Amino acid sequence: MKIKSLKSRQDSLAQSEKQLEILNGGIFEDGTLPTFKEKVKNSNFQQVRPTGLEILQINVGYMCNQVCSHCHVDAGPDRKEIMTQETMEQILHVLRNSKINTVDLTGGAPEMHPQFRWFVEEIRKTEVEEIIVRSNLTIILANKKYNDLPEFFSEHKIHVISSLPFYKRNKTDRQRGDGVFDSSIKALQMLNAVGFGLPNSELQLDLVYNPSGAFLPGDQKALELDFKKALAEDFNIKFNLLFTITNLPISRFLDYLIASENYEEYMHALVDAFNPSTVGNVMCTNTISVSWEGFLFDCDFNQILDLKVDSTIAHISEFNSTVLDDRNIRLSQHCYGCTAGAGSSCQGSIA
Amino acid sequence: MKKSYYQPEDLKKFGEINEWNEALGSKFFDYYNSVFEEGSLSAREKSLIALAVSHVIQCPYCIDSYTKDGLQRGIEKEEMIEAVHVGAAIKAGAALVHGVQMMNRHDQLSM
Repeated sequence: MKIKSLKSRQDSLAQSEKQLEILNGGIFEDGTLPTFKEKVKNSNFQQVRPTGLEILQINVGYMCNQVCSHCHVDAGPDRKEIMTQETMEQILHVLRNSKINTVDLTGGAPEMHPQFRWFVEEIRKTEVEEIIVRSNLTIILANKKYNDLPEFFSEHKIHVISSLPFYKRNKTDRQRGDGVFDSSIKALQMLNAVGFGLPNSELQLDLVYNPSGAFLPGDQKALELDFKKALAEDFNIKFNLLFTITNLPISRFLDYLIASENYEEYMHALVDAFNPSTVGNVMCTNTISVSWEGFLFDCDFNQILDLKVDSTIAHISEFNSTVLDDRNIRLSQHCYGCTAGAGSSCQGSIA
Repeated sequence: MKKSYYQPEDLKKFGEINEWNEALGSKFFDYYNSVFEEGSLSAREKSLIALAVSHVIQCPYCIDSYTKDGLQRGIEKEEMIEAVHVGAAIKAGAALVHGVQMMNRHDQLSM
């Protein structure tokens, strides 16, 4: 199924206010379900607070070669928002003057940003140890100019984290578009060919699984074994870890939940699966998300909901980690997605 | 009195069975949870058996639970429908094999 971004469809859900209205209203407003804040208060945590910044997740823009049905960023080829070089310079200044250990580059397809390679090279010159690129895989084959990305990733010791919803064609293509599975397989083989994901290689290749529907992900380790077996047997592909990520009820996934009349049942499932032991490990405790405009958020999801950090510092140009560490995380009902079952983060389960 | 004997929201209240008899209820839930752990059969295989049995006993709560459980485990719809057919085939076979009793009785009573 070919879909367009909510923004290009001029759908009201493209607006963050509309999404928050749904998340804060209905079953949460009438008391059928407790709000996330109430749930957290009843579980030994008064608030969700940072524990020290380790990861700067940078969203370089919403431009993407794919239009996935679950995309929480509402990315697509029609999205033109990309980070300016000035903002990138401001980020580099922060990285040169802080102890941030990991940079996590995301989008859209971050590789489509015209300054992507320059930005990676400049980050490599700083003290940052780990550079993650969240690659959708198909970008590597989308145009000849991207074909050498595996070599570029290898040269700069990038930690590649790639989405692959399933190890079979039908579910992958249903979620991410026709032909995505075949291109993804080819791209994974190209990454393996330069050493990513191979035993005894230092080049890390992890895959991300997120459910293709209104249900929660299963056990991460069990799914990883299934993925490894199937991809090795069918395509001779190897990878390091599988991260299961719960779909959060925002943007295009929220649109899907509402259109398929699964919204209330899904929210019940998330609330029922609330696991208090995940609250201390949610990714907003050690991560800050930077938008393409340079604004700061507790996570990529809050970025899409335009919930800027609850701090006097709102922009990367004013960055101060001490001030930012002394803030409360901004919460809404989408946060239940990170605390359901074994929990969920950009690095998979957290319990 | 509700209009249907089955209410989807009752599934979530299953644990409340313990409120009226915790000793017996706990024994059941402990047993149930142990049965579905990884063993000589994988948890995935057990989920498919549970799905098949759910259809044979026509339990809507169980069908709901084990369809969702299968999706979460990455079980594909082709595997689910084959499991349902296994259950259906056994149920059909169980009905049909009684035809032998009918034939026996028929022949015994007929001249």
